[in-house]
Amino acid sequence: MIAFRDVHKAFGPEPVLQGFSLEIPEGQTTVLLGYSGSGKSVALKLIVGLLDPDAGEVVVDDAVVHQLDADGLTAVRARIGFVFQFAALFDSMTVGENLALGLRRRGLSATEIADRTAEALELVGLPGAEPRSPAELSGGMRKRVGLARAIALRPRYILYDEPTTGLDPVTAAVIDQLIVRTRQTYGVTGLVVTHDMRSAYTVGDRIAMLFRGRIRQVGTVAQIRESHDAVVRQFMEGRPEAAADAERPTGAVA
Amino acid sequence: MLRFLTRRVARALAALGSMGQLLLDMGRGFRDVGVWPALTATQMRRIGVDSLPIGLFIAAFTGIVLALQASYTFRTAVPLYFVGTLVGKTIMLELGPVLTGLALAGRVGANIAAELGTMRVTEQVDALETLAYNPTSYLVIPRVLAATIMFPVVVTAAIAMGLFSGYVTAVNLLDLTTVEFIRGLRLFYEFKDIWFGLVKSMSFGFAIALVGSARGLGVRHGAEEVGRATTQAVVLGAQLILVLDAFWAVVLL
Repeated sequence: MIAFRDVHKAFGPEPVLQGFSLEIPEGQTTVLLGYSGSGKSVALKLIVGLLDPDAGEVVVDDAVVHQLDADGLTAVRARIGFVFQFAALFDSMTVGENLALGLRRRGLSATEIADRTAEALELVGLPGAEPRSPAELSGGMRKRVGLARAIALRPRYILYDEPTTGLDPVTAAVIDQLIVRTRQTYGVTGLVVTHDMRSAYTVGDRIAMLFRGRIRQVGTVAQIRESHDAVVRQFMEGRPEAAADAERPTGAVA
Repeated sequence: MLRFLTRRVARALAALGSMGQLLLDMGRGFRDVGVWPALTATQMRRIGVDSLPIGLFIAAFTGIVLALQASYTFRTAVPLYFVGTLVGKTIMLELGPVLTGLALAGRVGANIAAELGTMRVTEQVDALETLAYNPTSYLVIPRVLAATIMFPVVVTAAIAMGLFSGYVTAVNLLDLTTVEFIRGLRLFYEFKDIWFGLVKSMSFGFAIALVGSARGLGVRHGAEEVGRATTQAVVLGAQLILVLDAFWAVVLL
């Protein structure tokens, strides 16, 4: 299980997370909603130790991430797949090499690497794309390759950073389907960071709303849809007026 | 003025600090022997073999100019075969390593800083870490090792080219025979003339790749910062070459 416990994180004088606590249940996909710059991506980076919290702790399978040594951190990362916002494909490598890199690190044989690569690319609808260069791919295809790179590792957890941002509605729906299919096929626990409500409703089992550095509300998709909290409603409905100034959560569902 | 100086000193200290930290990380990264050796071979080609043309080009013209300037300087008082002496000593001890080093500070230092900086802003470095790779083992050690090994190779080729072009110039444009040029070349020659230049060029390669890596990985946001890091890598690399050049002259000569 992944858990954030009273996490604080600031960049210079700007606090981003201020007492952020959230548990990610096993086998489900949790969606973390929030405004741009609210610290959603920071939360993901804390899980894999790319950032350390200023206070509080992030726990992955009983290990406190920022207290781990290099070997411990490597072991935690080996259980996590990370799908980056802009895919973060290595542009000096082919698609196949991008997928093989993490598998080689885990000591798989060349045959196993080829099989896993082919299977992952098949799952994301890009069979035979191994020899292609990332530069030849569209934004949606790059995201699918990024997802395939994470899936190929057969991780216990997959973290998705804004998986549908910048995509047309149809391609975004394809990515959403892939996220759902990945959970169904591999039983993987997912944490999806997004501000795309349609995507959140499609892929999420639970939705948590991050507001001013802490969780404003968390619940099932149905509960969040019925929420009466002013901030959550404003976000879901995309209204520009100043309901976001509300200090206290109302109608909390969890 | 004082604030400007304080800021410059603080920035220089920060740059030195980042390089020191990178050196420590490299010490730890060397344990990752499953990663860096294979990548070092690739970088040796990119940094060394691909740099040969620019090294040879610079050395060819340096040899020509040196031979002509030596002849111009010596024409009244000094026997002309000293052209060979001056071309040999100057190319081997100074101009071969330093001019090649300065050119490669631009080519190699800028390339490393821009590549790693771009990888940083496009989250490729973060992606490496999430795939359980240490960026120092994967990106820095192969580049620094390759530059340290290959700079002497490029400089050796450049020295050979400089001597050859100086010889061709002396024989064709000056009244000098092959025997006279070689006689001048051998006069005062010591084996140290060779290894001194190669030791220097090793240190140049190490410094340029380290600076390029530190500047590149130090990038945090955007294309503007990548551009600034690239410029800093070239300027700082060139400055370090001149400082190291003076250092080795004091220590070894």
